[in-house]
Amino acid sequence: MRYEAVIGLEVHAQLKTASKIFCGCSASFGAPPNTHTCPVCLGMPGSLPVLNEKAVLYAVRMALATNCRVNLESRFARKNYFYPDLPKGYQISQYEAPVAEHGWLDIEANGAAKRVGITRIHMEEDAGKLVHDPHRPVSRVDLNRAGTPLIEIVSEPDMRAPEEAGAYLRGIHAILRYLDICDGNMEEGGFRCDANVSVRPLGQKEFGVRAEVKNMNSFKNVERAIAHEIRRQVELIEDGGTVIQETRLWDADLGKTFSMRGKEEARDYRYFPDPDLLPLVLDPAWVEEIRAGLPELPQAKRARYVAELGLSQEDAGVLTADHALARYFEEALSVYNKPRPVCNQITGALLALLNAKNLSVDASPVPPERLAALVGLVEDGTVSGNTAKTVLEKMAATGRPPREIVEAEGLVQVSDEALIEQAVDEVLAAGPDEVAAYKGGKTKLMGFFVGETMRKTKGKANPKVVNGLLKKKLEA
Amino acid sequence: MHLYDLTIAQASGLLARREISSEELVRALLARVEAVDPLVQSYVTVCGDEALDAAKHADQQLAKGGAGPLCGVPVAIKDVFCTQGVRTTCSSKILETHVPVYDATVVAKLKEAGAILLGKTNMDEFAMGASTENSGFFPTKNPWDLTRVPGGSSGGSAAAMAAGLCLSAIGTDTGGSIRQPASHCGVTGIKPTYGRVSRYGIVAFASSLDQAGPICRDAEDCALVLSAISGHDPLDSTSIPAPAPDYTKNLGQGVKGLRLGIPKEVFDAPGLSPEVRKAVDGAIALFQDLGAHTVEVSLPRTDLAVAVYYIIAPAEASSNLARYDGVKYGFRAPNSESLKEMYHTTRSRGFGPEVRRRILIGTYALSAGYYDAYYKKASQVRTLLVQDFQTAFQSCDAIISPVAPTPAFRIGERVHDPLAMYLADIFTIPANLAGLPALAMPCGFSAEGLPMGVQLMARHLDEETLFRAACAFQKATEHHLRRPPLANERKTA
Repeated sequence: MRYEAVIGLEVHAQLKTASKIFCGCSASFGAPPNTHTCPVCLGMPGSLPVLNEKAVLYAVRMALATNCRVNLESRFARKNYFYPDLPKGYQISQYEAPVAEHGWLDIEANGAAKRVGITRIHMEEDAGKLVHDPHRPVSRVDLNRAGTPLIEIVSEPDMRAPEEAGAYLRGIHAILRYLDICDGNMEEGGFRCDANVSVRPLGQKEFGVRAEVKNMNSFKNVERAIAHEIRRQVELIEDGGTVIQETRLWDADLGKTFSMRGKEEARDYRYFPDPDLLPLVLDPAWVEEIRAGLPELPQAKRARYVAELGLSQEDAGVLTADHALARYFEEALSVYNKPRPVCNQITGALLALLNAKNLSVDASPVPPERLAALVGLVEDGTVSGNTAKTVLEKMAATGRPPREIVEAEGLVQVSDEALIEQAVDEVLAAGPDEVAAYKGGKTKLMGFFVGETMRKTKGKANPKVVNGLLKKKLEA
Repeated sequence: MHLYDLTIAQASGLLARREISSEELVRALLARVEAVDPLVQSYVTVCGDEALDAAKHADQQLAKGGAGPLCGVPVAIKDVFCTQGVRTTCSSKILETHVPVYDATVVAKLKEAGAILLGKTNMDEFAMGASTENSGFFPTKNPWDLTRVPGGSSGGSAAAMAAGLCLSAIGTDTGGSIRQPASHCGVTGIKPTYGRVSRYGIVAFASSLDQAGPICRDAEDCALVLSAISGHDPLDSTSIPAPAPDYTKNLGQGVKGLRLGIPKEVFDAPGLSPEVRKAVDGAIALFQDLGAHTVEVSLPRTDLAVAVYYIIAPAEASSNLARYDGVKYGFRAPNSESLKEMYHTTRSRGFGPEVRRRILIGTYALSAGYYDAYYKKASQVRTLLVQDFQTAFQSCDAIISPVAPTPAFRIGERVHDPLAMYLADIFTIPANLAGLPALAMPCGFSAEGLPMGVQLMARHLDEETLFRAACAFQKATEHHLRRPPLANERKTA
């Protein structure tokens, strides 16, 4: 029997506000334990929450960017459960009336375009974290993270393959980065994803029983975990078993999901409207103001790069997938306005360099205006494309501008026909057999002649001129 | 007259004229507390040294002149308000050692006005109760009869006020917890409009109902204290963003032309004692004599109020009290083998039976499958109760009723019948559910010499009408001037 997977994703994104969602404490990451705390986020008796307006602004931006309907009146609710990292014994979240609903995101995966529905976006506070002592049976509670603002973005169960889930997740991530409302760091937990996965016989309308998969800390792991979970469920059914509704943890090292049995009893969160917070009422004019102020989003940018800058779909896709990369490209373009060569230099040599050094674009040792200058040197013939790669590496290593490197190291391309002709003549003279073979039809030998000529000129000869001269002489 | 018998209005006049010092006043009250409180047991914590230090500071302020009416005035505060550096227990074992790191907004405002924090008063644990017998430490006695309860949950505050152990006592009122003990102790108390006084720093019982207010000798003093503690607080999202009026301004305007609503259902309530009924009828007659018109109004859903309250309040409480888990502060049961056991033992031992009962009721009412039938239904009925009041206030300016169906009952009399205790809240609960201001003041004494109270309710934010009416009443009566025999018999201060 053939099966079809049904996948829905829940994304938790930490909002980049300066302070926490219900108090004035810093929401930044990495401070000594319990230093970013106050009576409110410690859940001290008598303390009360006051909503951070910036968090609402950010949530509304995300809602509008994902085509959601913004609810002009939403409510905060208490989600009640006991855990030591939850100081009040409840999490303030949104339940019956979230800030936004009914959105969508267009994705492309496995060669097809698809629209994935977004059920809802709601605001909530994060919990703290437990630090378990590896040597003693002691756990410590760090409440720095308690009360940092999150939005949860819940998709419809519209995805059918791990690649679609990956594309959706990358799309959501890119939008959050474009809106500058989330740092998107999956490893530090600023961007987290849980996947609801079920399978059903192809053609069946009803959903199968789903498992919730957690603990995936990269896009790749989300896809791997979902693929594994689909396989596990199909095998289980084929072996005569049944899938049970449960939470499963992904183990990236073993490449498997494991049941969280024991920890996860059937929980009743006893949601009810939080009486400490009034209904959140938004002014429609304010919402429209936010809509008007939205930046160009990844899909629009990609379309523009193709239509107006003449880039390929693929290149435009690479550049726009990451907000920082698109910004880098546009900054370079503002210095040297030739989109395709600038794009090629970025998607080729620069990305290879950054990947090799495991650096983000923001941390690039070569700033965009320097990269633009290098492209300029290639385009005006000062250096060859090949040499440019070397120059870029030296730029990254030394921090010097490209022209300085090119001049100091004598890397200027030789385009002078007379000089090159001399080398060409020497190459041809040194290989009479190859010349004869070429003339006899072995035109593949052209590469050999070009290579020899380049070697003679220490790589500085303009390959175009070399090619032209060789052709002229061999085919004369 | 003893210093401890002064009203705030009298004391602040003496203080301003430098006829007495704040230090003298505080010393007199501390001596009175030492002599009388072993009998009444109204205080959980007395801040003697801190109070004397603050009094000296207040005297300097007073010497400079221009100090406000509360400067140098000793007040007692219910142990539900967070006080920085002074333990705040909610009369619960689970918070027995808890010392807050901050002041509740009410406390901060009182300090800013120069008031002296004399101590923290006993209460029903986490404000759950109507007799102060649910204190995790000891029951407070009614100064009029030490075998009787002072009411609750602000029983310590009301008893301290009645026994002359402070010049004003701050309480909180979730379902009558200021008004009912004020009534049982023969003093005056007001529950302001919900949102009028900041809840920041008040240990929450039922967040949508809790409201702080003063208990004083008379309505004038209540107006004075409420003026100091009310107003918008950005730290409380449910605080009303309106400036705090000076409630002392129009106290003398009388009740001529005031339309006094008499809710017929209320006076038909089962369990209303004839003595209380008679006293309240007497108050109505007096208001008529003073120029008020009476109109019959209807509050048809009064009989549902208690049921609604005992779903909503425990539901909110079950969530509000989840934070007492032994992890961060307060009591933690020792030697637990697991996290679950630590939670279980800490909360089983830390909370008293009434608190546990309400947590169970509230947890049940919010549970999956019961939420719609209980919490949601109760919230809907609450909305209808609000509408009943809106309709009633179209034809009247204030509504009059008893405070409690009977005078103070005997200690132990009702501890095994929580339902009877709950039903006695019938007159006070509606104002909490509707968020309306309501004032209680003495209107007579029973054959046994126990004070009985009358309640006035007004429109949203219309505390002025309550004060105006109560002042007119107290100008014409002497119930509020009577002192418990305790005060007369013992030679103190």
